[in-house]
Amino acid sequence: MSDYLVEVEDLKMYYPVRAGFKTIPAKAVDGVSFKIKKGETLGLVGESGCGKTTVGRTMLHLYKPTGGRVIFDGEEVTEQNIHQMRKRMQMVFQDPYSSLNPRMTVEDIIGEPLDVHHLYANRNERRERILELMETVGLNAEHATRYAHEFSGGQRQRIGIARALAVKPDFIVCDEPVSALDVSIQAQVINMFEELQEKLGVTYLFIAHDLLVVHHISDRIAVMYLGHMVEIGDADEINNNPLHPYTQSLISAVPIPDPKIARAQKRIVLEGDVPSATNKPSGCPFRTRCRFATEQCAAERPELTDRGNGHLVACWNK
Amino acid sequence: MKLFSLQQNPDLFKPATEEEKSQQDVMSESVSFFKDGCRKLMKNPLAVFSIIVLAIIVLAIIFVPIFVPYEYDEMLSVNGKRDKGAKNLAPFTYSELEQEYIDNGGQRFPHIFGTDEQCRDYFIRVIYGTRVSLIVGIFASVIVLIIGVLYGAISGYVGGKADMIMMRIVDIIYALPDMIIIILLSVVFREIITFPSGSLLSRLGTNMVSLFIVYGLLYWVSMARQVRGQILSIKENEYILAAKAIGTKSGRIIKRHILPNCLSVIIISTALQVPSAIFTESYLSFVGLGVSAPMPSLGSLANAAREGLQSYPYKLIFPAIMICLIVLSLNLLGDGLRDAFDPKLKK
Repeated sequence: MSDYLVEVEDLKMYYPVRAGFKTIPAKAVDGVSFKIKKGETLGLVGESGCGKTTVGRTMLHLYKPTGGRVIFDGEEVTEQNIHQMRKRMQMVFQDPYSSLNPRMTVEDIIGEPLDVHHLYANRNERRERILELMETVGLNAEHATRYAHEFSGGQRQRIGIARALAVKPDFIVCDEPVSALDVSIQAQVINMFEELQEKLGVTYLFIAHDLLVVHHISDRIAVMYLGHMVEIGDADEINNNPLHPYTQSLISAVPIPDPKIARAQKRIVLEGDVPSATNKPSGCPFRTRCRFATEQCAAERPELTDRGNGHLVACWNK
Repeated sequence: MKLFSLQQNPDLFKPATEEEKSQQDVMSESVSFFKDGCRKLMKNPLAVFSIIVLAIIVLAIIFVPIFVPYEYDEMLSVNGKRDKGAKNLAPFTYSELEQEYIDNGGQRFPHIFGTDEQCRDYFIRVIYGTRVSLIVGIFASVIVLIIGVLYGAISGYVGGKADMIMMRIVDIIYALPDMIIIILLSVVFREIITFPSGSLLSRLGTNMVSLFIVYGLLYWVSMARQVRGQILSIKENEYILAAKAIGTKSGRIIKRHILPNCLSVIIISTALQVPSAIFTESYLSFVGLGVSAPMPSLGSLANAAREGLQSYPYKLIFPAIMICLIVLSLNLLGDGLRDAFDPKLKK
């Protein structure tokens, strides 16, 4: 029995894209591997369209993976056992406005996982469990009969979290759960995630594009670029000693509250746009925008290699 | 020197009581989607007007036959004697025989719309005609509703190749000329099908049955298309993905998440389908392919009135007004429903 709860091995997810009469694959996720320990939070960062969300959704078989394996608690997740797995792996969605059905009351939204997995014996037990969940995420009992559109963004996200918690999962994929919220609400929700982890011992995969948020909540951070994992390591290590040029530029773009320090820092500005996922550059996916790119980068794709302390980087030059 | 005084009323700085605190987090009253839609519908004067008109018509076709002492297929008679003079009477007039009977102290219910050329009370025939037309309209719409929603829901939800094939079938059906099929089917059915006598279907006749069948075969396609389009857009919402992540099965996702969210489209197109079916029925009856005699429908009444149009114009006017009232109010109601339930038009 390994101490890893989730192991992702060479996960691939290609979307078919029609180009005239041909169908070519858009390689949204192209061979990503990582492991998450029990009770740990892994932050997953990267810019828009780099495949973060796809990784999260493919892990839960919301999309059928093109290749690779997901091993959860020593057991491979397959089409056959996914229904049982969904009692242990859950997801919190990005947009609190579209992730709640406008025609359902809060009680029914939170109660749906209980209905689907038959987790109660009678109506009273169902109601009790729902109220308990609402209390866990800081909602009032009198909100149970209301509809989602009557709540603010933060409250809606709490409803979404309560829904994910209803089956008492061991692992939750948080897909940019705070990026649609106000900054003041973001802090509340993130603190709630941390409290829930302490109380329930859940493991998170925390997907975000805000490095500060990710650094705050994560034990380890993984950085993605164009469907590939480019760097993974301890949160502080990544923050203080980023090795991959892409991570370096990401870190340098984080706003610093102190103007004196901010002025002293040099921002690494990336040139150009992200290449298309249907037509990726040869070798290292980042080489078209990399300051250090050499001929080797164009010829061969670098693998993740250990630079000590579990800090893995995929780069030839660093 | 009050102007420069810094003294304040200490009462203003008391901590808020529990009651005052609770006032701060009062939320607006819980309003479900339906209540909200109905409230907006009631604010639309045209929609309210058409609801009232439809309610009066529905009450009339239910209760009037109870109060009026004539039958739709009954030739008038006085004291058991056929009243041959009661032919083509103008509204609110009596035949000679009836007048004699009333003069002798008898009671006679007035012929509100007059009588037809076979000495039948025209008012009760118009009422029965309305009944038939409305039943045909609603029944045909229900057929369209069931088939169209099921087909559209499956096509839109499953997607991919199944969707492609199902929608091409819809395209083919769209290309078939509906009138010819109704006419052909009714000719064929007249030969092969006999209904048990006395049943509603046998009184309506094979033409109406073929009308229903054609509605079941052909008219559901526009409903199916609309439902499919709606489902395609709803399917992209994250709450569908969330339901999948929970482990909800497809049937339940369609039932609990998708259909409730395209209910407004379904209601509206059903409301607009009823007048179209009534029109088709009237048209078919007018060309002689409608309900079997003596059962009247608004279209067959209008057709029969054509012959004596110059002498007895009211016989065309009454059923025509009835058709107009029903179709107009249903259309206005459909428009009102669309405005009330369309979230984009939220005021």
